[in-house]
Amino acid sequence: MLGWELPPHNSGGLGVACYQLARALAEQGAQIDFVLPFATPVDGGDFMTIHHVTSRRAHPGALAYGDDFDSIRPVQNSYKQFITEHVATNKPQVIHAHDWLTYEAGIHAKELTGAPLVAHVHATEFDRAGGERGNPIIHDIELHGLMMADRIIAVSHATKRLIVERYHIPASKIEVIHNSVDAESVSYDSSQQTMYTYVRSLQSEGYLAVMTIGRLTLQKGLTYFLHACAKAAQHSDHMVFIIAGDGEQRNELLQLSADLGIADKVLFTGFVRGAAWRELYDVADVFVMSSVSEPFGLTALEAAVHDTAIALTRQSGVGEVLTNVMKYDYWDIDRLADQLVNIASSTALRHELAIGARRNFASISWRTAADKLLSHYKTLTAGVNA
Amino acid sequence: MNTSIVLYLHVHQPARIRQYSLFEIGTQHNYFDDTDPNHETNNQAVFQKVAEKSYRPMNRLLQELLDTHPEFKLNLSITGTFLEQCEMWDTELLQSFQRLVATGRVEIIAETYHHSLAFFYSRFEFEKQVLMHREKVQQLFGVTPRVFRNTELAYNNEVAEWAESAGYLGVLAEGWDKVLGWRSPNYVYGAPGTQNLKLLLKNYRLSDDIAFRFSDREWKEYPLDTNKYMSWLGAVPDDQPLINLFMDYETFGEHQWADSGIFDFFKEVTKSWINSDHGFLTATEALAANEITDRVDMHDTVTWADTERDLSAWLGNHMQTEALRYLYDLEDSVLRTGDLGLIADWRKLQTSDHVYYMCTKWFRDGDVHAYFSPYESPYDAFLYFMNALRDIRWRISEYHRGVL
Repeated sequence: MLGWELPPHNSGGLGVACYQLARALAEQGAQIDFVLPFATPVDGGDFMTIHHVTSRRAHPGALAYGDDFDSIRPVQNSYKQFITEHVATNKPQVIHAHDWLTYEAGIHAKELTGAPLVAHVHATEFDRAGGERGNPIIHDIELHGLMMADRIIAVSHATKRLIVERYHIPASKIEVIHNSVDAESVSYDSSQQTMYTYVRSLQSEGYLAVMTIGRLTLQKGLTYFLHACAKAAQHSDHMVFIIAGDGEQRNELLQLSADLGIADKVLFTGFVRGAAWRELYDVADVFVMSSVSEPFGLTALEAAVHDTAIALTRQSGVGEVLTNVMKYDYWDIDRLADQLVNIASSTALRHELAIGARRNFASISWRTAADKLLSHYKTLTAGVNA
Repeated sequence: MNTSIVLYLHVHQPARIRQYSLFEIGTQHNYFDDTDPNHETNNQAVFQKVAEKSYRPMNRLLQELLDTHPEFKLNLSITGTFLEQCEMWDTELLQSFQRLVATGRVEIIAETYHHSLAFFYSRFEFEKQVLMHREKVQQLFGVTPRVFRNTELAYNNEVAEWAESAGYLGVLAEGWDKVLGWRSPNYVYGAPGTQNLKLLLKNYRLSDDIAFRFSDREWKEYPLDTNKYMSWLGAVPDDQPLINLFMDYETFGEHQWADSGIFDFFKEVTKSWINSDHGFLTATEALAANEITDRVDMHDTVTWADTERDLSAWLGNHMQTEALRYLYDLEDSVLRTGDLGLIADWRKLQTSDHVYYMCTKWFRDGDVHAYFSPYESPYDAFLYFMNALRDIRWRISEYHRGVL
């Protein structure tokens, strides 16, 4: 399995999905060699063999979403070199490559070993570039990987559609396997001292806590989110908005919150992990995913575990799994504002949404995802060893 | 009569907010206590650094000049926040200021205790801070200020009206061309709507030659030596009574470093000025010796900052205006608690430096060195300020919860 990051040193959902999927596969008996570019330690990865291409620790920006193209290229070359040497003595049955970062190495391994290549699409360059073509070289690497793959796994039907429409890959080659969430990994230990004293004190005064989490970047639609917050705040005085994460839009968002006159209601946590991250889901009354383009959107599932009312853009793939939620188009500020005001003013609605999302969540699991994947592996390898 | 210099130096240190996070709100209230020696928000470390580079050597020089030249006089405004830090961290330094004032030739100018913009937000709070400063000055120096300056020399007609009603003899302000027109800042002026109140207006060219340009290698007059500066002072006709040199005290040793020769320059200019049969005046003396020549009408607020000479460095973007709006909105509820610690922290947040750090007009141009800030960006300054403000709100609600 070829990946770029695993928790706890992950920059987003990719690392978490890779880890959970690998674990579920291992529980079903798969033997996994997981290759990572950096020597960054992984929490609880004993169920598989983890290889580190370089002995360097990743600086935070070097992870999947953080780095610029020019500094990623040399790392990808080392990665490919490592794979060449590795497969010479350890021939895999299946090569499973996660996102464009590892596609070149995956193709190379396939050429060397003849093993089938599974390309797992967590996000495409079109998503990252907000619908544009993005970096032409990344576009080409992605296209090449998808063409060379024996099977493509898309994290949502929306992503599958995008691969068919924009990369012209036959739909029959693409399978949709939705991500899931391991409830335990996001569970919050309420016996611990709270880290959100301020938010909880506001809630005790009747405030509604609305949260969103992710990289503070164009793709996440956060400027639309803030505009909606400002509208909602006009109608409902008792709301507080938490923006968790970091990214290049952070300063712009801080400034915008002041321009909109709601700076005192918008809380910026910075990048959160560990206990602060888990408790955030517990604190939030409402979770908003405002993405302009989101192949899946793992964080919404994490919110569903915590009995949280959820509002999603129609452009978020996770909506295929989470149906008991408020949906809106990312640009529809009025609609989100309306939804937030309604949730704020109706305990019953909030309660229904929370229970509904939780029910959606209960119907999916990593186990199901792993089972589907294993059956694809079997089909692909049938006859190869004969 | 020969022209006299009115030298006025402004002494100030703010209580900078440390990198205070959302997760500390409601649990830690010590926003001003950064103990990391490497942080520029460590107030004690900054204080000690500036004391070493500026306050100690300059006070030594001023004392020496006062001791050797009975003609030498100057004016100081020292903020309450500075005096508090002095009392906490350097009583010897405080004593050296007290010795200066004890000569009787160093006049202390009135201002807001917290170096705030309260005048523009709450007259009640503003007056309270002026009173606090007055009491602090009386307590530490045994004198009562008679001339007023507002924070950053922020001045308009209303300031003059207020100062007269509060019993001050005069106000210090910027002698900005747009206001004076063809008139010279070297005379005493009056303000519309006042009877006897007099204005001393900064001669910004001769002041800023020292304060801003002295060690600027790009400046066509660089290097500025005593003879050249004396010739500029000498170019002021004898019938013009005053040259008002107003600047930050920290010009000496902090804005202009010792190795630029600023201390020697100051000493030599002072001696040459006295030797050429000229004098220095305290603000009160300058006002008493001169009648109002004309009245200047300042509707808009003029400050001594930047080329704009307005409040745009403090209130030029929405982060700044929002921050102050939220802060002053809390006035009644903070004061009602009667909690002295809480009220003191709320007042420390009023120090204008906090919003100055949020100024984006230079940051946008990438010219981050054009202003002094202990933060990585104006956005960080805003973030930490807002978190501290939220904690103030939290403390207010805690108080009310306790009462109920």
